Amino acid sequence: MEQIPILKIGDCLLVSIQVDMHDRLALQLQDDLTNKIVSSRARGVMIDISALEIVDSFIGRMLNNIAAMSKVLDAVTVVVGMRPAVAITLVELGLALTGVKTALNVDKGLALIRHLIDDEEPDDRREE
Amino acid sequence: MTMAANTQTLLPQLLDKHQAQLMKDWLARQRAAGAPADSQGEERIRQFILALRQGASAGRFDDITGSEWAQAREALEEISRERGLKGSTPNETATFVFSLKEPLFTLLRQECGNDADRLARETWQVTQLLDKLGLYTVEVFLRSREGVISRQQEELLELSTPVVKLWEGILALPLIGTLDSARTQVVMESLLQEIVASGAEIAIIDITGVPTVDTLVAQHLLKTVSAARLMGADCIISGIRPQIAQTIVHLGVQLDVISKATMADAFGVALRRTGKAVVDRRKTGAKPKNGDFASAENGE
Repeated sequence: MEQIPILKIGDCLLVSIQVDMHDRLALQLQDDLTNKIVSSRARGVMIDISALEIVDSFIGRMLNNIAAMSKVLDAVTVVVGMRPAVAITLVELGLALTGVKTALNVDKGLALIRHLIDDEEPDDRREE
Repeated sequence: MTMAANTQTLLPQLLDKHQAQLMKDWLARQRAAGAPADSQGEERIRQFILALRQGASAGRFDDITGSEWAQAREALEEISRERGLKGSTPNETATFVFSLKEPLFTLLRQECGNDADRLARETWQVTQLLDKLGLYTVEVFLRSREGVISRQQEELLELSTPVVKLWEGILALPLIGTLDSARTQVVMESLLQEIVASGAEIAIIDITGVPTVDTLVAQHLLKTVSAARLMGADCIISGIRPQIAQTIVHLGVQLDVISKATMADAFGVALRRTGKAVVDRRKTGAKPKNGDFASAENGE
């Protein structure tokens, strides 16, 4: 049975979606991811969609859901690697994914997660 | 060959016999209609009369799409394209062909003498032919003008949507002209491509050159901002003139984006966000590494 791998990098989880999503796979991913966040005490979730050429309202809602669930479990979600054509399509569909943080690539995504986590922890807070 | 015999006309032999006379009269008519007097024009007329002679000898006057009229069509195409580029009116261009009617009819009248029946038949055939050629000229003229217009439109679209790299990770998008759906699409595409290519985190959209911002334009702006955000880049809108600020508020448009009055202010915000600062060397005596800009490790 196909499954989307969840990789752990430090206190971040990396999910790379490379296949067409359907209902069951999405539910399975949400299930796996929430379990993994709890078991690994992850602080950030990064979802890489650079392999997706088509993102419809279903995947858009799934991304929003994952972000909301992670938030409940005290982890920030960053979606990375969206293609220009996909971004334009989503905007035309009226799906601006306002609940999700975004970054251009995995590198910048990791930096953003680091920044967000550091911001939350008062000990690390630096004067800007 | 009875058909061919029926359509056999005086025209070819008329053109042979009176070529010089015809050219002179025709030129005079064109000059009277306002065409410029130059040797190039005379040459064109000579060529056209030759082409007409060639087409007429084949004898089909009701259809100029055949191969026998190819040379005449070519000559006309050249003339009308040239006129189109010079900016002549369609009227002037069509007059080129129609002004041939009078000299030609005069010659026909001389040739036919008292044979009224023949004169009427000949006149009708020549009229038919010249009308077709005249309409063809106008058509080519319009086509060349339309070509010019669509090319200019494309160039305008390309020219008016440049994406400029201001600094490492900072892009600027100076918009000039009204934002309609088609332009928004182009703007969005070029901005997103550039974000991918340069890995920029901040894009400054400058709307100094946008004459009016109504609800539709605002919607297009917000679409661009959302698309850039999905690619992981924040947008700042700059160059909002006082008049436009008032319009936006009166219309009740919600611009949920950071906006600054000038591009300079927006650039300042962008530098701060990316952890850079501009240092005045005369005041601080600091030695920057490259140019007038220096990287500051921890904010200001």
